[in-house]
Formats: sequence, C-alpha cells, structure tokens
Amino acid sequence: MADLLLNLLLSFDATLRVATPLVFCAMAGLFSERSGVIDISLEGKMLAAAFAAASMAAVSGSAWLALGTGILVSICLALLHGFACITHRGDQVVSGVAINILVSGLTVVLGIAWFARGGQTPSVGPEARFTPITLPGAEALADVPVIGALYSELISGHNLLVYVAFAMVPLTWWVVYRTRFGLRLRAVGENPNAVDTAGISVARLRYTAVLCDGVLCGFAGTYLSIAQNAAFVREMTAGQGYIALAALIFGKWRPVPAMLACLMFGFLDAVAIRLQGVEVPVIGPIPVQLIQALPYVLTVVLLAGFIGRAVAPKAIGTPYVKER
Amino acid sequence: MAEETHIAAGQAAAPAIKLRHINKAFGAVQANRDVCLTVVPGTIHGIIGENGAGKSTLMSILYGFYEADSGEILIGGKPTPIRTSRDAIDAGIGMVHQHFMLVDTMSVVENIMLGAESGAILTSSVAKARAELERLERDYNLDVDPDALAGELPVGQQQRVEILKALYRGADILILDEPTGVLTPQETDQLFRILDSLRKQGVTVVLITHKLREIMAITDHVSVMRGGEMVADRVTAATSKEELAELMVGRKVLLSVDKQAPRVGDTVLSVEDLTYVDRAGVARVDHVSFQVRAGEVVGIAGVSGNGQSELLELLSGIRPMTAGQVDVLGERFSAARPLDPAAMRALQVAHVPEDRLRMGLVRTFEAEESAILGYHRDPAYNRGLFMNGEAIRSDCAKKMADFDVRPQAPALKTANFSGGNQQKIVLARELSRGPRLLLVGQPTRGVDIGAIEFIHKNLIAMRDAGSAVLLVSVELEEIMSISDRILVMFEGRIVGEVPAAQADERLLGLMMANAATEEEALATHPGLPGAIAVEPE
Repeated sequence: MADLLLNLLLSFDATLRVATPLVFCAMAGLFSERSGVIDISLEGKMLAAAFAAASMAAVSGSAWLALGTGILVSICLALLHGFACITHRGDQVVSGVAINILVSGLTVVLGIAWFARGGQTPSVGPEARFTPITLPGAEALADVPVIGALYSELISGHNLLVYVAFAMVPLTWWVVYRTRFGLRLRAVGENPNAVDTAGISVARLRYTAVLCDGVLCGFAGTYLSIAQNAAFVREMTAGQGYIALAALIFGKWRPVPAMLACLMFGFLDAVAIRLQGVEVPVIGPIPVQLIQALPYVLTVVLLAGFIGRAVAPKAIGTPYVKER
Repeated sequence: MAEETHIAAGQAAAPAIKLRHINKAFGAVQANRDVCLTVVPGTIHGIIGENGAGKSTLMSILYGFYEADSGEILIGGKPTPIRTSRDAIDAGIGMVHQHFMLVDTMSVVENIMLGAESGAILTSSVAKARAELERLERDYNLDVDPDALAGELPVGQQQRVEILKALYRGADILILDEPTGVLTPQETDQLFRILDSLRKQGVTVVLITHKLREIMAITDHVSVMRGGEMVADRVTAATSKEELAELMVGRKVLLSVDKQAPRVGDTVLSVEDLTYVDRAGVARVDHVSFQVRAGEVVGIAGVSGNGQSELLELLSGIRPMTAGQVDVLGERFSAARPLDPAAMRALQVAHVPEDRLRMGLVRTFEAEESAILGYHRDPAYNRGLFMNGEAIRSDCAKKMADFDVRPQAPALKTANFSGGNQQKIVLARELSRGPRLLLVGQPTRGVDIGAIEFIHKNLIAMRDAGSAVLLVSVELEEIMSISDRILVMFEGRIVGEVPAAQADERLLGLMMANAATEEEALATHPGLPGAIAVEPE
C-alpha cells in the first residue's frame, strides 16, 4: 500500500516536471489567442529558445544569461509572427507553420556549424543549469506523515523554472481578468471593431499580446534544454507545443482549466514512463509503444468532443481590417 | 451655401459641429465632394441620402475612421483636427454604429468602460463605471442591467448600451448611423424618446438615415446628400417628405404605390402545418398554415430572425422540411416528397432570395451569366454541348433594357453593379418568365429609393398579371404598401393575419413583438373587425 502511494507520489512529482513547459506554452498561447492571433508556432519558438539557451549556457556558463537569450530569440520569432499576421494581415496558421519549419531546420544547421556534434549542443555542468532547489524546511518535515512526504517529495526539490511556470497561472489569470490590459485583450479577440472605435490601437494591443507569448515560450524552451536536460538535442520539443495548444483549447482559453489540461497530459506522460515493462496479468508486459501513444490517443478522443464545445475567441484567425 | 448661413444666422452659440469643404476620395471614387455642414448645438440634425451618397463616409471622417483629403472640422467653434477615433472621443464626439461595437461575451459595465478605464487595475474602474452608469441611467432614463452580458441583450437594449458608452466618455455630440434598421416600431419609438430627452439635456444629436418618416418625426434640421455632395439644408418643419425624396434622388419620386384592388383567382400555394426543426432541435418554422391565391400579394411581417427566412427557403426548396405539406399548383410536397429548386422552377415558381449576394448571384460572374442562373439548362441558352453565348448576351441585354439596369453592360462583372442594379438583375431573371408563383425576400434591402419605386411597381405588375406573390420583408412600410393581406410571424409561428387596408405600424409592431393578443389588438384598434389573431399553440 505504502509502496503504491509512493509510486503515485513519484508519478505526480514527474508530472510537474513534464507539465512545466506545457504550462508555459499554454499561458503563452493564451495571451496570443485571446487577442485573436492563432499561435501554432509555440513549438517553433520553444525549440528556438531551447537551442539558444543551451548554446549560450555552453558558451558563457551562465544559466541566467542563457534564459535571457532564450527569451530574446523567442521574442524575435513572436515579433516575426506578429509582423506577418498583424501588420501584413497574413494567414496566421501559415505563418506559424513556417516558423516551426524554419526553426526545426535552423537549429540543426546552426548546431552543426557551431558545435559539430550532429545538431546537439555540448552538455553543460550544474552551474550553467537551473538545478533542483530544496525548499526551506523540507528536510525537517520529511518525517512528518503525509504532509511531510507531500512537501518534501512533491512540492520541494524542483528547479526554479517549475515554480515560475506554476506561478504564471494565477498571474495570467490576474492579468487577463483583473487589469485594463486584460480587459482590452479579451475585447480585441472577440470584437476588434469595438476596441478600435473605443480609441485603442488594435495592432498595438495584439503586438503586446504576441510579445507576452514570446517571453513565456522563451521560458519553456530554456526549461527544456538547461533545466530538465543539460543540452539541446535536435527536435527536443517533440510536439509539446502542439500538446500545449491542445491543452489551451481543452481549457477553453482560460488559465486554470488550461493548466489542469497540461497536468493531465503531464500525468499521462509520467505514467507512461512508469508503466514501461510492468507486467499486467493475462496480457503480460504492456507494450511500450502503446503507453507512449496514450497521450496522443487521448488528445484525439478528447478533442473529438468529450470536453464539450470549446468556443474560441470570436475574432481568432481574422486579421483586422478597418471596415469601409 | 446660402441655406447654411440661413440656419446659422439665428443662433448665438457657436455651432456644435462645423464642417468646411470636406473632400474625400477612395481611389477614383469621390465619396465626399466639398461638403459643408453646420449643426446647431442641442438639436437633432438629420442627414439623409441614398446608399453611397457619402453620409457614412462623412461621419467616419468626423469620428476619425478616415482622414479627409482636405477640409476643416470645427467643434464648438474651435478648429479640431481629427485623425483617430481617440481624437474624436476627446473632442466630445460619440458614435453609435450601424453594427453595434459591443463585445458580446462581456458584461454591460465592461463594455462601457472599455477604452475609458480609470487605471491599470480594474477593481476601481469597475466601481467607478458602475456608479457613473447608475447616474447616467437615472439622468437619461436609460434602463439597462449593468451585469447582463451584452450579447444576451435584445437589440434595442444593446443600442442603449452604445448610447451609454458614448455618454460615459463625456460625449455631448452623438452620431447615430442608421439606428432604426434593426428595431421594431416600438423600439424605434423608445429610441426617439431617448433622443428627445438627450436633446432636452443639451446633447447634440446627428441622425443618419434613409428613412424619410424618421427625419420628419424627430429632427430639427435636415441636410440632404446626393452623389457625395451636400445638396440642401432645411429646417424640418419647413419641408416635406416629397421635397426631401426629390432632393435625395434628384427627380420626382412616387412614395406611395399606386395599385388597384386585387383580382383574386384560384389558390396557387397552400401550406399546411409546415414545420422545420433545425439541428439544435429548435422549431424555426412551427406548424405554419396559409394560402396564397393568384392575383394577390401576401406579405409576411416579423422582426428579423423569427422564421420568415427559413419559411421562404423551405418553400423554394432550399431547406428540407421536417413535417407538414405544401401544395403548389396542384402538386403535393411533404417531408417524404421534398420540394427542390429545380422542380419548383419547372412548376413556374420564381424565387428572389433574401440575400442576393449569397444566394441570388455569383459576384465574380459576368452579369449575363448571373442573369441565367438556375435557368441555364433552358434550350434557348444552349447549342448542343455548349452554351449559346450570343443568345445569352442578347437575352441579358433585353432584360437589362426592360428592368432599367445601369450600366447596360452584359459583360460587366456582377460585383461591379450597385446593390440596386444587382437586385434588378435578379428580378429580371425571375420575373421575365412570368412565374405563376413568386417568392420574394427583402426585395429592396440595400436598394436606393429610386430603385425601390421601380421594384415595387414591378411586383404590383406581376400581381396584376395574375401571379401569386409571397413577400417577406422586415420593412413594415414595404409590407403595408405592397401586400393585400399581411401575416405576422413570431418565433416560427404565424401569430396573426391582417388585411392590408386595416393594418398600421402600431398594430403590426405589437403583433411582431407578440404583445398583442386578439383582445388587445381589437381593444386598441376598435375599427378592426378583420384582425384575426391566431392563438399560438
């Protein structure tokens, strides 16, 4: 019994780690999509940030400098997306896909050119990474039943970026629902005409939203390459940007439900890892492939209508043109 | 500008708005040409003109949507450059747009403070907006629930929210662009009462409309625009509908439709318990029964969205019916034997759809192609495997001459004709074959007053030639002047029938809002023995 509980606890622990980049990306997408700009390029921005952060960490040895570089690169791509979709009223999906393809190729090319390791970056030591931190009192409380275990195993012992990710959720909620910027953000995604006639610039508002998106994707990428891992590996995002987008839709473009969706995907992933090689009576060992496919199968099943109709912001995907 | 000075002369105060020689061109089109306008503070000033006369462009310039190519704007006597909507708001100008600028998913309070929040964090803004909203609602007698979602309010209330939005921003000049298009007659009356109380409190109101009745009912002054120019300024009390119509169109216009008593023949269309349930399970058309006979026009009135559109689409075979039966010229159709557009055409049933751009025409086709849509298999247009281009062209040229389509250019793209002329192309196609039953939806939507006269005359001519005509329109004036009998629809049901001779806007308006039961209708209209209110199920 205690063994099972501990297993579950470790699964939850892993869930938090796996869900962190998803949460960052889902919040990033929330800003962009609430303003009416579809962001399929979460994946690409995250991958670019991961590469930039790992490269900077390898060169400078500073985790903070690496984080800054990751964010900067992600912001540049976000602004590129904005330039195509907001200024030039291009197709938002096409622009997003273009960014994903661009980054997928460019990271490998630059990786080979700079580090000559087949697209990987050199592994960096703990001083150039975000390493797990033990929260105060974790060790003292470790022996207290239930609470102690929960605190020391589950809450404590993650790296800084995990805490930042989960702090982003209430922060995003507060910004979106309790600030002037949030009010305008929600309005511009629903009816940009209303915003324009109220004397507010639609383009500026959407650029700001896309900028927030860029910053958060920068965090996600940095987390992947120098917090969760110690180096950049080609295609290391492995579709997590798309999963985050799915989580955002599950969560109906609201911060807390989106985070819960991220945790669910994270949990499936964590369980998948734990279940590998586990013997099930009658069937025998569960095939690894099946377990690994589970999150994706579930995505399809859930998206097919188990979550109720997700109503997107009304103006999403349509460039704003002043009507005649 | 003799009239302009004439108006301004008796007033001591500086004009609320003064526009001097405004010019604005979109490419080759001169939308405003040397336009001057003076609006006296604390009055309601009407601006009237046909579609494309430049009214909306002028107001968009005043509200900072467009910048004028040249000219000067004076607000309260001071030259005020207006480049953005923000400039206009700062100058005390508020605008209620034809299509409301509300965020449907937000509450009334949130909509009102959008863009005029008092700080970066909302809590204090909400409190301030709520208090201010209460004051405005009290002062101007505008009652709206501040916590209701804007999208869930009826249109009349949404409009009030728009007015409150402008007032909240401190507007003392309020521009309303075609405000009554979406309102029932009762809502229109309420709006006019609101405008009247605004005027009493010193607000200057500019009302843009193409409805002469509204100009006469509420305005103090009226300016007439035609072809991008300001052609006249009048004191409303000193002018008449006829004069204004003539100024708008540039020639004499017959406002009322001349028609003889109908010579009614056999029943052409008989509908019994016709029902249509949409995918969401809502009965859009609910057990509707009526008849249309040869030689009469039956009008269907109702606030838009009460099932009239669906009814028309059911009868023309575009939508499949759920239940009931329809007899057309001796052929019986039902859910088991559905109507289809081709079969209806074979029975000489013509259909002028409500939305001509979506259903009546193909914008990118040449006019001659649009003019044979649906009849393209007619041997007259074909020669063996190929279409007969010459026959199609000469046929279109003849239709254009008969229906006064301008320009008379069969090879011009459909999209390049004005709304009225596009509508004439559809009418020419459907009417020129002498149909026995004519289904018409919104025949004059977006059509100029001169073309309206022409279209109405043609519909009456069809009736007099023995066709049965079923007319669906949200324009009550149109329904009343063309129809011989009027059916009123509410939430998919026919809630009453009134002979046209005994109908008036008030009664129809009450029935359209389902506010009039039989007794009430008779009580308020004692001289109305013919009103039959069908009890809803």
